[in-house]
Amino acid sequence: MSDIIKVSGLTKQFQNLTAVNNLSFTVQQGNVYGFLGQNGAGKSTTIRMLLTLIAPTAGDIEIFGLKLKTHRNDILRQTGAVIEKPDVYKYLSAFENLKLFSRLSGVKLSSDQLMQQLEIVGLASRARDLVKTYSQGMKQRLGIAIALVHNPELIILDEPTNGLDPQGIADIRNLILHLSKEQKKTIVVSSHLLNEIEQIATKVLIIDKGKKIKEGLATELFDPSSSLIELTTTQNERCRDNLLNSNWKDFLVISEHESIFLKMNKQSVPALNRYLVEQNIEVLSLQPRNSLEDYFLSVTTGNQHVEAFSN
Amino acid sequence: MWKLFQIELYKIFLRPRTYIAFIAIAALVIIVQLGLKVDGKDYAAFVMADLSNTLQIDGKIINGYFVCYVILQLLLVHVPLLIALIAADMISGEANMGTLRILLTKPISRTEFILAKFFAASVYTILLLIWMAILALFVSILIFGTDDMFILKNNYAVQIESADMLWRYAGAFVFAALAMTTVASLGFFLSQFADNSIGPIVATMSIIIVFTILSTMSIPIFGLIKPYLFTTHMVGWKEFFDVRLNAANETVRGTVQGPDKIIRSSLILLGHIVFFVGASVYLFRRKDILS
Repeated sequence: MSDIIKVSGLTKQFQNLTAVNNLSFTVQQGNVYGFLGQNGAGKSTTIRMLLTLIAPTAGDIEIFGLKLKTHRNDILRQTGAVIEKPDVYKYLSAFENLKLFSRLSGVKLSSDQLMQQLEIVGLASRARDLVKTYSQGMKQRLGIAIALVHNPELIILDEPTNGLDPQGIADIRNLILHLSKEQKKTIVVSSHLLNEIEQIATKVLIIDKGKKIKEGLATELFDPSSSLIELTTTQNERCRDNLLNSNWKDFLVISEHESIFLKMNKQSVPALNRYLVEQNIEVLSLQPRNSLEDYFLSVTTGNQHVEAFSN
Repeated sequence: MWKLFQIELYKIFLRPRTYIAFIAIAALVIIVQLGLKVDGKDYAAFVMADLSNTLQIDGKIINGYFVCYVILQLLLVHVPLLIALIAADMISGEANMGTLRILLTKPISRTEFILAKFFAASVYTILLLIWMAILALFVSILIFGTDDMFILKNNYAVQIESADMLWRYAGAFVFAALAMTTVASLGFFLSQFADNSIGPIVATMSIIIVFTILSTMSIPIFGLIKPYLFTTHMVGWKEFFDVRLNAANETVRGTVQGPDKIIRSSLILLGHIVFFVGASVYLFRRKDILS
């Protein structure tokens, strides 16, 4: 597989703030590349540099084997993007917006072709309504239709599920998987939602404070033998004491939070449940936490996030 | 570039805000025409009061040409404010809507983008003046008829023959288009420094108001800076209504008294346009899009 994106030593300095610090990574053809980091980690700045919205302070970007600095238009002709909220012209309809942006993308589509594009994202029935009457989810879908209208090879999505309801999030996830698997597109998707990235990415880059923390295959980062399990009972203190005096004590994770956390293989959850029942401990919930989240928290800034996510 | 320009025009003329200026001009012109139709004779008597003892004027003083001149004098001070509504919104409005970042991820160069937007704003400005010309000149001619135009300057009066008028208005409107394009270029330049339209619109209006006051005040110290203010040159259209006299002290048809003034003012305004648009291109090419 060839490299579609090759970034080396990318740095962006805003006065005293280093938003992106010496970042290097490659994205291979056909990959869904997950760009993971907390808010303010430098994801959007990096993506904006990939799209020439922000000029790097240092470093090189090559896309499709071409230097972004010198072949901007050639690269953007093959790239579609949604950057955070995809705001479009509210005084135009979805159809008019799509027509306008398709022309800017260098393609001239017939009315039928434009309607087909809107059909894909489920907006055909509202195609002639003004965008100002649309919900956030509909605008997001229109943004994706605009990003895909010229059939790009590379699709860059910055926080594409922001502000969407669970159904909207699932729709976007399915669309990304469809584009990757059926149409063999290369996709870069950023998010601070770990479970979203885990479900769609083939490769993951974790950044924090503008620096690369870890890059690797999602399957490598995900270790099924060490899932974080959250346990809630009617008597958490008694339960914790009980577990400390049992064979389960080695799996207990020290936490100041009310809930009890255990780090163990998901396969052992039924056995734990049986043990708790035998000990007359009433279990309210026993659920595996996202392993990538666990991993992310362990490699970024630590315990305060465990608390934040647990709340 | 042509495609971008068409898209920009399409966007401008689909926005309701665009038509505010057209409606405002129509309303103002109709008000002036109505006032002069109802009370024109009294107005003429008031204007000519100082000359009535020494000069006998025959014919229609309140004719279409005269009414158009009055309207231009009144409106060309205020039209810049209407132009600022659109020109100062051209980039900041896109940033505010969030569309700027989508537009700039498309395969179009930033220079083309800026130039297409500026040309579209210029077309809007020119159309506004054509609209004004239709209402102020042609509708006034229909309502009030034609005759020689008699106007008062600072210390003398000018009479221009009816047959010598249309080309002067053509020249005056072309000059006004240049002056208003200068305003558009200023608003356009300021537009890239903000992520909402209010700031650049207010800034453009403020600069025009302050410069216009400085241009019209007869205080010696301001005389030093007046030649450098574009607002001083924006009133150059009036030069088209000042006729050259021959040795017999008769007006010469087809002439203006100070063609050099018109050319100089035009060049200064053109220089401002080139400066503002050039600076816009230079700065925008280096701008980080954070909106």
